Amino acid sequence: MSASDYKTVQGAKLEIERLGQGAPLLLLLSEEEQLDMASPFVAGLAEKHSIIAPHYPGFGRSERPEWVSSPDDIAYMLLDLLDAEGLRNIPVVGLSLGGWIALEMAVKDRGVFSKIALVDPLGVKHGGPFERDIQDIWTSLPSKVSAWKWRDAEKSKRDFATMREELVSIHARNIESFARFCWDPYMHNPKLKRRLHRVTAPALVLWGENDGVVTTSYGRAYAEALPKAKFESVAEAAHYPQIEQPAATLARVAAFLG
Amino acid sequence: MRSWYFTEMPYPHLPPMDELSTMRVTLESKHFDPKIGADLYNRYLDEHMIADEAGLDLMVNEHHQTATCLDVAAPLSLAILARQTKNAQLCILGNPVANRGDPLRIAEEMAMVDCISRGRVNAGFVRGVPYEVFAANTVPSRTVERLWEGIDLIQKAWTSSGEPFNFEGQFTHRRAVNLWPRPYQTPHPPIWITGSSDLPAISRAAARGFVFATFLQPHTKVKQLFEAYRASYRLNGQPGGGGTAFMPLVYVGDTESEAEAGMKELLWYMQAKTEPQYRNPPGYAPVETNVEAFRGAFAGRTDAMRAKSLEFQKEQGVVMYGTPDQVIVQIKRFYDLVGGFDHLLMMMQAGFLDHKRTVANIHRFAKDVYPAIRGLPRTKPLEGQLAAE
Repeated sequence: MSASDYKTVQGAKLEIERLGQGAPLLLLLSEEEQLDMASPFVAGLAEKHSIIAPHYPGFGRSERPEWVSSPDDIAYMLLDLLDAEGLRNIPVVGLSLGGWIALEMAVKDRGVFSKIALVDPLGVKHGGPFERDIQDIWTSLPSKVSAWKWRDAEKSKRDFATMREELVSIHARNIESFARFCWDPYMHNPKLKRRLHRVTAPALVLWGENDGVVTTSYGRAYAEALPKAKFESVAEAAHYPQIEQPAATLARVAAFLG
Repeated sequence: MRSWYFTEMPYPHLPPMDELSTMRVTLESKHFDPKIGADLYNRYLDEHMIADEAGLDLMVNEHHQTATCLDVAAPLSLAILARQTKNAQLCILGNPVANRGDPLRIAEEMAMVDCISRGRVNAGFVRGVPYEVFAANTVPSRTVERLWEGIDLIQKAWTSSGEPFNFEGQFTHRRAVNLWPRPYQTPHPPIWITGSSDLPAISRAAARGFVFATFLQPHTKVKQLFEAYRASYRLNGQPGGGGTAFMPLVYVGDTESEAEAGMKELLWYMQAKTEPQYRNPPGYAPVETNVEAFRGAFAGRTDAMRAKSLEFQKEQGVVMYGTPDQVIVQIKRFYDLVGGFDHLLMMMQAGFLDHKRTVANIHRFAKDVYPAIRGLPRTKPLEGQLAAE
């Protein structure tokens, strides 16, 4: 089980989860953060690392100041958090939204990360204005969205009837905050791609082969835009390989981190 | 009490309902025939003019990407009515300030129409219903902030006639703001605002002297909202302004069975289909409401109401129909149940209700119902306020 504490960053109280023993590692959770934390993937990472996993403003039990409006704002907050913790040149694992935030941090500070493992990251646009790089999960039927996100939708099911009310509330607020920060521009920062040349740490771009939100071709283009990245994929997983295939995902990430 | 004629200007000529998954946002526009649309626009505008001649006031609104409402630019229909009518008060309810994203353009349009109509404009501002955020691409959890920032800028622009000013807000930045024309009414047209549950917003509206309107809600809920408005108004409201407005569906027939048939046509509006993702975009409703939704206790306000029987809707005042005498009783009952109200906004046309029956509805209401309710006094707490002036 992880322990959590609170740190005040830029005036906002953020909830930080800590887990495991070993060299420090920053874990940047996906928008499905509650499922991430429950996954054996995180437990496996913790066997060799002291994980620090901050809940973004508006996620978990973290406060959400009015001025925070994008992953760019969140990246500055997390850089301040790492400064306060005295951490630099450490590995990061970023999942979906967390992968986007990891890169927003990396372009701002070349020395913050030693290695960057990204799992189905969002955050950039490769195509033109009429091209659909990232499927629109907010205008589409829930059944369609589920098929884009999950190879096996059973993995996403939660029993809200028996879940503690506080956890249902966190889940509802996470969804709201994700939309607040990523609605427009839709799930990307138009400036980010042009800044990726600054990410000189080695990177792994790991992709669920069945991801329908952002496909493997989006992932390959992402890897090409990073100076030192390699692309790999995980079979039988869609947008959240860490939840659908925790063992295979952990094996790839662990091999990369060394 | 004032009575206002209203239709959303529907386009009902669609494939069978069971073949459609939605009538909003993503219903393909190949289903819109411009020739039919041209007839409908002109017919609906004619019916507004007939309502004006019958002595009713007129209300328009707008929605986007939906077959339920062809009025996609309410300032345009308002402008046509400003020129083509002579008597009616004209209410636009309203300008979707958060979704349009250009408050000064709205300020200009309202000022221009107010001048053309020689001061008959009632300018409403709305946050916009959930499905509107898709057409406008507005962040759902920020629509309230955008609405109020826009209203602040519009009011300032309307009331500043001296040195131009700059504005640098959260959502809008403008330089040398200097409105030409100014509104005809001084200091500006009456402002209306809508709400369905947000009590802090109601309190804010009351403090500014805005008219508060709510649509298609059960009388128990309306009473609660109006009482919250009046309590705030007594504390903070500006004497002389303000007021409350309610919208039901209304059909007046010569006989009970004719009225029921007319009402069943109007219910087309209540049965409009919308895919689930458009009913609750993330962040539009507060977290507590979404917790209820996850637990299966909340399915949306309109959904909850449309699932009810016609009898229930009638008992709650969401629909009012019958012979003139029956409708008078229903309006007076509702008036008493909610502690009085000032404006009856009537959706009198929807769906396939044709021109002949729409006009008959207007004429029966104007001739046989309106005289019996026109004298209902302004709401009592406001009178108290006025007496204290």
